[in-house]
Amino acid sequence: MFASILDGIFNGLSIGSILLLAALGLAIVFGLMGVINMAHGELMMLGAYTTVVVQNAFKGIGGPLFELYIFFALIAAFLVAALVGLALERGVIRYLYGRPLETLLATWGVSLILQQFVRSVSWVMVFGLILFSLLFFGGQWLLKRRADFESVQKWIVAALLPLSIGISLAASTFLGQTYKLAVTKPWFGAQNQDVTAPSWLRGGIPIGNFQLPSTRLFIMILTIGCVVGVYWFLNCTKWGLRIRAVTQNRNMSACLGIPTRKVDAITFAIGSGLAGVAGCGLSLLGSVGPNTGQNYIVNTFMVVVVGGVGKLIGTVVGAMAIGIADYVIGTGILGNLTNNPALKEVFAFFATTSMAKVMVFALIILFLQFRPAGLFPQKGRTVDA
Amino acid sequence: MTVQAAGGRQGVDWLRRRSLLMEVGIVALVALFLMFIVPLLLSGFRLNLMGRFLALAIAALGIDLIWGFTGLLSLGHGVFFALGGYALAMHMKLQIPATASSQLPEFMDLYGVTELPWFWRPFDSFPFAAIALMLIPGLMAGLLGYLVFRSRIRGVYFSILTQAMTIIFFNFFNGQQKLINGTNGLTGFKTILGATVSDAGTQRSIYLATILLLVAAYAVCRWLTSGRFGRLLMALRDDESRARFTGYNPTGFKVLVFAVSGALAGLAGAMFTLQSGIISPKAMDIAFSIEMVIWVAVGGRATLVGAVLGALVVNFGKSLLSEKFPDFWLFFLGGLFLGVVMFLPDGIVGLIRTQGVEWFRNLTGRSKQLSTYPSLEEDPEAQYERKNIDDRKSDG
Repeated sequence: MFASILDGIFNGLSIGSILLLAALGLAIVFGLMGVINMAHGELMMLGAYTTVVVQNAFKGIGGPLFELYIFFALIAAFLVAALVGLALERGVIRYLYGRPLETLLATWGVSLILQQFVRSVSWVMVFGLILFSLLFFGGQWLLKRRADFESVQKWIVAALLPLSIGISLAASTFLGQTYKLAVTKPWFGAQNQDVTAPSWLRGGIPIGNFQLPSTRLFIMILTIGCVVGVYWFLNCTKWGLRIRAVTQNRNMSACLGIPTRKVDAITFAIGSGLAGVAGCGLSLLGSVGPNTGQNYIVNTFMVVVVGGVGKLIGTVVGAMAIGIADYVIGTGILGNLTNNPALKEVFAFFATTSMAKVMVFALIILFLQFRPAGLFPQKGRTVDA
Repeated sequence: MTVQAAGGRQGVDWLRRRSLLMEVGIVALVALFLMFIVPLLLSGFRLNLMGRFLALAIAALGIDLIWGFTGLLSLGHGVFFALGGYALAMHMKLQIPATASSQLPEFMDLYGVTELPWFWRPFDSFPFAAIALMLIPGLMAGLLGYLVFRSRIRGVYFSILTQAMTIIFFNFFNGQQKLINGTNGLTGFKTILGATVSDAGTQRSIYLATILLLVAAYAVCRWLTSGRFGRLLMALRDDESRARFTGYNPTGFKVLVFAVSGALAGLAGAMFTLQSGIISPKAMDIAFSIEMVIWVAVGGRATLVGAVLGALVVNFGKSLLSEKFPDFWLFFLGGLFLGVVMFLPDGIVGLIRTQGVEWFRNLTGRSKQLSTYPSLEEDPEAQYERKNIDDRKSDG
């Protein structure tokens, strides 16, 4: 009995900590900008793929350093995801400010593109993309010196866009024809990639006849580290203060001279970076595929819904509650606690991973009847809050 | 203005009636064209696709009703679509000839089910199934809508809750092997109303029925969105708090319109299932539900014609492009999401309405249509000043 409870709590916390890690970045961004980033899962996926790349690079180096690759991978995953997130904010989301539903659709588009990107990325494609950006943005940059740039910008874009697409397509097709598979072979392809955990993360720590897997412990520690880090950043730094100010009242903050656009960009980059870290953690649990992110987004959204956007602690509690509920219902432990046969049957019906999700969703809807804005809502006096 | 001055209220009524008559005429013409001319132009395979896409257009109308007019972005319409599809599919699976050895759908024998589950039984009758395929999704939507709207959850919260619902239903249907054949879904339909489903003649009548139902759905949506109810929906979209302060309780209206939209999706699912020959939990894929939204976005929000047009354009584009470049289809789709949202917020119909009208007037030599006070718009001095002020702004 004791072992099964311990097992339930540990596994629940473990699932919860993954959810938390994934939801942390999402919650900050949602709280600040009111924007749901559908590409968040794909940023996690990018983090996981970065881990694969770093791991392979360290395998090449070999030796004792390989055991430490995971730390480098964490940093690299954070940076890659943060950069992609920054590009996403600068290139798309900032134009859609104040239209959250449109942002949702646009980020979904980005997520589709990213999924296909990791499937088909190859040297040729990277080459083509770089060439295209050079031609398109470089051309615009050059033409910006013209005095009448503003008035002809439309025409310049209309001329440059097909030109640069055409040139880069032709060039990469030519490359592909000449060097064949050497450059056209996809880096990852559609199949899943595997990450081998360093040897000190394999196995587990035995407690009685029950074993705590090291990777899961590592993820928990990672999560705690991230939460503490975010807490420190939000509460003890200058930019954190600004982020909190803009979260509370955007217009007032702007009036007081806080550069809200910059705050948006920085927050989005950090939120995306956290997604990358989450992806790195995930890669330890199973193989990494283009759809890795998709499996997690809905649950992470639910964490944000339950937790509310007012406080960090809301996200923590929300993630743990969903994680534990998911596990406890899914394994059917609840059935052992009751003697009522009808109730036992109900619990047994829901005691599979997928049916547990049904139950958890019903519970969330029920919960929202009492607390529509989550556990820790943003306090305010506006009607729409 | 002049008409109103001359004929008063009657004049306005007459004008309105005339435009309504014109609309009815155009819709009838298009429907007749689709019914009798298009089958001559397209091959059998393409015609079947056309029929399917027309069924999807019914779902697009439903999406337009809640997203375009009411501002609720549902990412869960795949569920209602699938519920409608399953309702009709269950009816068709029960059309077992009396001579057959087992009076159960064949997958049940496979999983060792000996008795028909209770909820299958009423689907044996066609009238019940025909009503249920709209009623069940409608009630489901109404229930979820009531629980969500009652606690004033809206905006992105609503969207992600509907999305979560999609996953939930997907999991549920996927897991119930014995009851509804799990992942494989229901397929292998034999007869409907005594006619063989796969028969060319039957498919032809199904195609015609789809068009008629689409016209009916269009009429219902048109009726709902014109007049007071429609204006209230738009008021809820533009400023719900203000609508509430003026004394309307938004919950009931939102629940109603969400239910209607769900019912339309159910109808679409049923017609789609008839023509594709399968309904499986794949219809409750997250991606499919979001794609429905993009049909409406491409066609033009808050324009019913746009929804139909968008559904047809996007789906035909999809079937062509994904045949030609299967690897790049996702890039196209992703680009479509981005492009429409960022550069074409009003969709094709919106573009035609604003730019197209102007272009047409230019072409026919008529002057630009002016929305502000005319003399100011045409006064060169005012134009000059405006330009200079604009220039100064862009400098600073």
